[in-house]
Amino acid sequence: MDWFRKGREGLTPQAKRETPDGLWVKCDSCGEIIFRRELEKLFLVCPKCRFHFPMESSQYVSLLMDEGTWEEMDAHLRPQDPLLFRDTQKYPDRVAKAVKNTGHQEAITTGVGALAEYRVTLGVMDFSFFGGSVGSVVGEKIARAVDRAMDEQRAVIVISSSGGMRMQEGMVSLMQMAKVSVKFSQLAAAKLPFISVLTNPTTGGTTASFSMQGDVIMAEPRALIGFAGPRVIKQTIRQDLPEGFQRSEFLLEHGFIDRIVERKDMKKELAQILYFFAGENSK
Amino acid sequence: MANSATDFTSRTTAVDGKSILRDGYVLDFEKPIVEMEQKISEMKQIARASGMDSLTEEIRRMEKKAAKLKHETYRKLTRWQKVQMARHAQRPYTLDYISRVCSSWTELHGDRHFADDKAIVGGLARIDETPLVIIGHQKGRGTKENLLRNFGMPNPEGYRKALRLMKLAAGFQRPVVTFIDTPGAYPGIGAEERGQAEAIARNLFEMARLPIPIVTIVIGEGGSGGALAISIADRIFMLEHAIYSVISPEGCASILYRDASEAERAADALKLTASDLLSMKIIDGILEEPLAGAHRDVDKMAALIKKTILTTLKELQKSPQEELIRIRHEKYAKIGFWLE
Repeated sequence: MDWFRKGREGLTPQAKRETPDGLWVKCDSCGEIIFRRELEKLFLVCPKCRFHFPMESSQYVSLLMDEGTWEEMDAHLRPQDPLLFRDTQKYPDRVAKAVKNTGHQEAITTGVGALAEYRVTLGVMDFSFFGGSVGSVVGEKIARAVDRAMDEQRAVIVISSSGGMRMQEGMVSLMQMAKVSVKFSQLAAAKLPFISVLTNPTTGGTTASFSMQGDVIMAEPRALIGFAGPRVIKQTIRQDLPEGFQRSEFLLEHGFIDRIVERKDMKKELAQILYFFAGENSK
Repeated sequence: MANSATDFTSRTTAVDGKSILRDGYVLDFEKPIVEMEQKISEMKQIARASGMDSLTEEIRRMEKKAAKLKHETYRKLTRWQKVQMARHAQRPYTLDYISRVCSSWTELHGDRHFADDKAIVGGLARIDETPLVIIGHQKGRGTKENLLRNFGMPNPEGYRKALRLMKLAAGFQRPVVTFIDTPGAYPGIGAEERGQAEAIARNLFEMARLPIPIVTIVIGEGGSGGALAISIADRIFMLEHAIYSVISPEGCASILYRDASEAERAADALKLTASDLLSMKIIDGILEEPLAGAHRDVDKMAALIKKTILTTLKELQKSPQEELIRIRHEKYAKIGFWLE
């Protein structure tokens, strides 16, 4: 398990930004106090309750990509403000703040690399940036990643974590659902596989577009996945929601995802799926 | 059970375009106009009954004034006023247009998996000599009909029925026209259990490569993903006072201002009107409404819709299949604003 060790090395520097300072971390789910080093060794998964802490895109890239193979694409794309949107703050000011607070320029990182030697195009979303919301830049980065996959005959993998479309870009953002769906439709016509991995949380227009368009759809355990958010549903029907509603296990039960996969097994499982689609060809 | 092939109304009350005064559905900004119109009609009655010629001049003067006020009000509606127009209780719905535009209409029901969703209607239609499939959101009038139509908010089976009919159209090389008029896809427990997100995602994916012309007309409310799910199209038109938005103004206000009553501000920020969206090149054209709104003259509105459908389909049917799909792909690839 060569990649196992490499992934861990890649995790260490970024992990410090994600989790609070200190030697010990408290699990958001079960309250267990975990030694930070231990948590990082476990890919940010609580050893007691298996709660999956949020991962930064850079951490997910290290988890999945073979060392030294990752080449990021389109990192220079920046959002515009087509609506001149302002609420209590201007949209560009909110973007600047998100950049400062997260160190990310946008809500997705895309690129090409090798996963267990299979050449893939990978996109990883960052929920920490603007709630992982999809605006023009996310749409365009996914579109270009799919175009490149078609040029180079690669599979596409997207790790989703997103609250939906970015309302500060109005209808332009809603149309990104259409734009990326059209691209994935073209990818399918080119007979190239798309594997969608859903992580906590994936809701709104993201779920209602590319996240649910995978040839294979997987999810991390207990991730919130749905179309409408639980709060909106509760307000609409004025009832409490059933236990476990809209969690990965609920989606598996109802037939909307193929598998629930723990983070530690993610690379191995993806490699097995890629083997089915590509055989040894794309190595 | 025999189903009339031209069952236009399909258990939904049709608008007659004149009932606004009678039924009392009047928006605030419509009130001065409606009051003036009522006064004019009263004066006409008096003039007729008493034969007072002296009133004729006064009536003519008031009619002129009313026309001017109408023009000033409806040609300069604010975004929030357009939201109200798009949701107007007297606004014509999908079946109101279908009954006026089509020479024959056979509604088809059910998604073949779970149920028939009455918030989306679809069927085989004929406009003059053109056979086509028409699909649209359907709202109801009054409490009983609205419960039946779920206020025009589809469940997954509505989108699956729509896709079934689109594939039927594609199989026989008939074009598809969709009418958009929904507050949004229904947010409920059953909807999530049956895969609301998957149903919408599947439609977007399949419509992207549907090998027939698709024309969309937003007739009222275009509510986010619930509207988009049947509107990946070669041409998208909006009625002048229709709206199309990523989120409802109320929803946006409750998130951004923590106050749903700030919806008016949110409507302005969201740029959700037909002219906003035409300037961002998200839609292809605006269909002018009769003065004071489509509900004041449904026949006139329907005539323009019919003409638009026929000329647009004629134009789209010139392209060979592969060309049509290639242009559709290019159109969507261009949407967005970013800096390199």
